[in-house]
Amino acid sequence: MDMGSFAQQFAQQLINGISLGSIYALIALGYTMIYGIIKLINFAHGDIYMLGAYMGFVATTMLGLSFVPALIFAMVAAGIAGIIIERVAYRPMRNAPRIAILITAIGVSFFLEYGMILIATPQPRTFPAVFEASVYNFYGLIVNSQQILILVISLVLMAGLTYIVNHTKVGKAMRAVSFDADAARLMGIDIDKIISMTFALGSSLAAAAGVLVGVYYNSIDPLMGMMPGLKAFIAAVLGGIGIIPGAMLGGVIMGIVEAMVSGFFSSTFRDAASFVILILILLYRPSGILGKNVKEKV
Amino acid sequence: MKSMTKVLSMMCAGLLMASVFAGCGGEKKAGDTIKVGADIDLTGGSASYGKSAQNGIKLAFDQVNAKGGVLGKKMELVVADNKSEAAEATNAMQKLVAQDKVVAVIGPNLSSAVIASTAVNTGAKVLVISPMGTNPNVTVDKDGKTKDFMFRACFIDPFQGTVMAAFAKDTLKAKKVAILIDNSSDYSKGLAQFFETAFVKGGGTIVAKESYLQKDTDFKATLTKIKATNPDMIYVPGYYQEVGMIVKQAREMGLTVPMAGGDGWDSAKLPEIAGKSALNKTFFSSLYSAEDKSELNKNFVAAYKKAYNETPDVFAALAYDSAMLIVNSIKTANSADSVKIKDALAKTAGFNGVAGSVTFDPQHNPVKSAFIIEYKDGAQAFNTKINP
Repeated sequence: MDMGSFAQQFAQQLINGISLGSIYALIALGYTMIYGIIKLINFAHGDIYMLGAYMGFVATTMLGLSFVPALIFAMVAAGIAGIIIERVAYRPMRNAPRIAILITAIGVSFFLEYGMILIATPQPRTFPAVFEASVYNFYGLIVNSQQILILVISLVLMAGLTYIVNHTKVGKAMRAVSFDADAARLMGIDIDKIISMTFALGSSLAAAAGVLVGVYYNSIDPLMGMMPGLKAFIAAVLGGIGIIPGAMLGGVIMGIVEAMVSGFFSSTFRDAASFVILILILLYRPSGILGKNVKEKV
Repeated sequence: MKSMTKVLSMMCAGLLMASVFAGCGGEKKAGDTIKVGADIDLTGGSASYGKSAQNGIKLAFDQVNAKGGVLGKKMELVVADNKSEAAEATNAMQKLVAQDKVVAVIGPNLSSAVIASTAVNTGAKVLVISPMGTNPNVTVDKDGKTKDFMFRACFIDPFQGTVMAAFAKDTLKAKKVAILIDNSSDYSKGLAQFFETAFVKGGGTIVAKESYLQKDTDFKATLTKIKATNPDMIYVPGYYQEVGMIVKQAREMGLTVPMAGGDGWDSAKLPEIAGKSALNKTFFSSLYSAEDKSELNKNFVAAYKKAYNETPDVFAALAYDSAMLIVNSIKTANSADSVKIKDALAKTAGFNGVAGSVTFDPQHNPVKSAFIIEYKDGAQAFNTKINP
């Protein structure tokens, strides 16, 4: 392989990796927000992403909506699902040991996966082509209009989230609850409402990722959330769990690493590479790339 | 343990004796018909296979009988339903060889059912020909020894790799091929291995060998790597779910070269997943095509349509060929004795069937023609027949 074709392949893998990574980033955001606010690793989050994809499927096939209304429909539906899950499964466990609530999350995850198999059968479904993919060729680099769309929608949603968290009253309350829930309660913040809001926001971002993936790969199935859920979890840890820009950064890094590993080594090592990252980061920098080493208060 | 062995050996002895008597009885009663059994799946999960097989065999025997039968006798079909289950297949086989005293059995279609019922027909020295049992262990035991009374009418899975290698070299004129293997499936690995061996032997080069796992969704990184090697063709011996996404993403990456695979591609879902236009210039190997233009097949399709009002599928065609193979062997052996028919069948060479010519190799696997099907705007079209 000569230098020119190597550079070209590298650039192409970078494009592949960024479009995959922005999906991970969208899912990782929900993980990190929920962890930030109630210190729960919500293992059902990957299945919310699956739920979002199916909602998008229902919206486009049965309700006949076009892409943007379908995306909004899926985000709203998943947001409501997130609120219900928090209300039914996690709120009664608020003061239980953390291991108990973690096990509850795994239970919710199984409930969503196998509940969907019961309703929609385990057969993969073909997502309708909501718009034609056109392919652009820049000096031999292939970019697909859907890849651009994924990137643009991810950026818009992340910008929106950053605005909500940093510049609105709800966002301020979220940050306060995340910083010190008891103090926030004393200041008159309705903690339950804020936690519900966080679940709604995180879940709707995951649903957006689900719809984008449905459009991009045009195939969805009830267990599609397992692997991306784990990858997004790694992305959240990599960026520093609880830190919103960290989740975005972690997601994109994960996507690029996976593309590079499949492109220059072997695609069978791709998943192994992701988990090696998790082990390394936990060993050497458990607070993540953007995390600060905070001393535990005694 | 010891007593267990004893019981087993006694049972075997009993079975052998029963078979001796059965043989005598058969000779005596032979009269004016030759009985052939069908141990097929008429109910249960694979009922549609059995129904097609029954139609195929029945048509074959009707045609033979209309021309006066074999050795002056009519062919008689005895059907036993195996309910698509291995245990029931054994019971059905028992009934056919002990009660109905057939000289040969066609079926079962499912490999697991054939393997389960082997002991029964072997004990009774009655040959079995399975129309669709593709597992290598149908005709050979674990040590690689050929099972004397077991035959099949289809080729074993990996043979499709050999066929596609010939098609790639001769028809597509491919010199450099990339292979993309489903690493979680033995079927895929077998096809890929046979393809590589045959293609390299024919002077071609394998420029890339990549793999994926079932349920993967993103293949762009791997395809980018494959694209950099400039292949003339990509061989993807997988199942339609991943294949659909691979074809779609390959076309989006600007990989316009032909792509090919095995019968795992044969699904109405594939055009939905990959998109109709992306599937152009893709090919897969198959055991049978009703569109084959040979005189024999045209007559078969016409007669089948007339009798059953539908187009024959692969199960009907191979069951028909199985029946005709038995008739042919009875003629060659000039006897309706099961062991003599078996010896004649093993020597079959250049037999012309509706699904191509058949020659049995020492493992009782037919060396036979295969069909290449092409996707054209989402529809399957017969492309060519490859003879061995």
